[in-house]
Amino acid sequence: MRQVAVVGVGMTKFGVSEKSELEMFSEAAMDALNESNLKPKDIQALFLGNAVGGLTEGQTIIASHAAAEIGLQGIPATRFEGACASGTMAVRDAFMWVASGYYDVVLAAGTERQTVTGTAFATRIMNTGAHSFYESATGITFPGMFAMMAHMYCHKYGIPLEKLKKQMAMVAVKNHKMGVLNPKAQFRKEITIEDVFNSMMIASPLQLYDCCPISDGAAAAVIASADVAKKLTDKPAYIVGVGQGCAGGLSTQRDYTRLIARESSAQQAYQMAGLTPQDIDICELHDCFTVAEIVATEGLGFFDFGDGGAAVERGDTQMGGKVVINPSGGLKSKGHPVGATGVAQVYEIVNQLRGSCGARQVEGAKIGITDTMGGPFASVGNIILRRGW
Amino acid sequence: MEYKLIFNKYRDALKENKLLGLKCNQCGAYTAPPKPICSACSSEDMEIVPLSGKGEIQTFTTIFVPPEGFEAPFVVAMVKLDEGPWVMGNVEGVDPNSVTMDIIGCRVTVGYKELPADKISAGERIALTFSLVG
Repeated sequence: MRQVAVVGVGMTKFGVSEKSELEMFSEAAMDALNESNLKPKDIQALFLGNAVGGLTEGQTIIASHAAAEIGLQGIPATRFEGACASGTMAVRDAFMWVASGYYDVVLAAGTERQTVTGTAFATRIMNTGAHSFYESATGITFPGMFAMMAHMYCHKYGIPLEKLKKQMAMVAVKNHKMGVLNPKAQFRKEITIEDVFNSMMIASPLQLYDCCPISDGAAAAVIASADVAKKLTDKPAYIVGVGQGCAGGLSTQRDYTRLIARESSAQQAYQMAGLTPQDIDICELHDCFTVAEIVATEGLGFFDFGDGGAAVERGDTQMGGKVVINPSGGLKSKGHPVGATGVAQVYEIVNQLRGSCGARQVEGAKIGITDTMGGPFASVGNIILRRGW
Repeated sequence: MEYKLIFNKYRDALKENKLLGLKCNQCGAYTAPPKPICSACSSEDMEIVPLSGKGEIQTFTTIFVPPEGFEAPFVVAMVKLDEGPWVMGNVEGVDPNSVTMDIIGCRVTVGYKELPADKISAGERIALTFSLVG
């Protein structure tokens, strides 16, 4: 396989937007193309992450419409759907097609606008991520799935719920603190552990501030062969490892503290890169709920299983810690426009490698990993990026 | 191959208070909710069997912010059936506001409840329910 690089990235501000999914995509895509010194006609294929546009905006075949927005007709335009992991799947396939030698330049992007539907229907839409016939009719929600993860985590490891809740709250506090420094974040305000404990209960034991928001936004990345990349930029971010894994509904998984999809995906990515978790400087991972960050840091190999909560208390995941987790503010603070999230994680890592993150810059970051999880722990993707200069 | 225990058949049996699963003729493992092949050994050689409808709660949550069409609060739990498979359902007969982690490990019997269709479901829906034993 050929060496592959990210040459340019773009991202809208995340939050509540009056713009459509296609309009937000266009802004992120053009920013990524302009940064790459490329024109739309240079793109040979478009891979677009979008989870639920058919239900939120009534827009299907969105990849073709997205290509047309930026003047492209005739090229393959494909939508990737793996709930919250959709964007990472688009980036991974862009990598694969360029690495194979078939394409030289592919645009990977993601877009999602979820605030338009209101909370009740947005929650129903996400409820479709469970098995529609055997699980969804229980009224299970995304927070509910991770709430069951939290209870199982306490039960399995013998950790009192009060202790885990405090560790979870510390994740929220940390990610909000980082988000303050990110101009593209949805929430730019610090919170306290007490704020978390005083917020409304969403799905026990998860409270409002344990949960990421419903968001709108888009992100894009131009993926090119190393040969092409060298002509376009003196700061290519090489994609050195990718992984993707799946699992079925919660009834087909038995241990929500050890996620089959993630452990498979991460192993693929580390193996391809020839790296270990100890080599990683920064990580953008799927903190859709605070407990999810704790479980993800274990599944990615940064901490022992059952030690992820204690790692938060030790400060291992904060700025200056052993591995900086979610310097962007994460989904929790930056926001989580589902289909865009994985591409926005790549946006953050690329900018961290370039040293262009300003106040939230992790000094000397050379290697970063993304981690994105969709549905009932049912789809996970990982991308490992390395500074190419 | 033909999908042996399709949802409509499973649903119709559940409405007659029969929880159906599949037993593998090769390895003896039980599969539920239905799948076309054995969840343990991937064999297609399975037969439809009634399950005991008894099991133990593995984890749970009380949902306070529900999807459209649901009234909160309500409890969702994962139950390991005595035959081995795990199923999702709603715990009934408890106060959702006061359920604690003590419910993990409790024995339950399985029932069902019907829900009307909504605009994105494939017709009427059905969910398992769990009642605490004793």
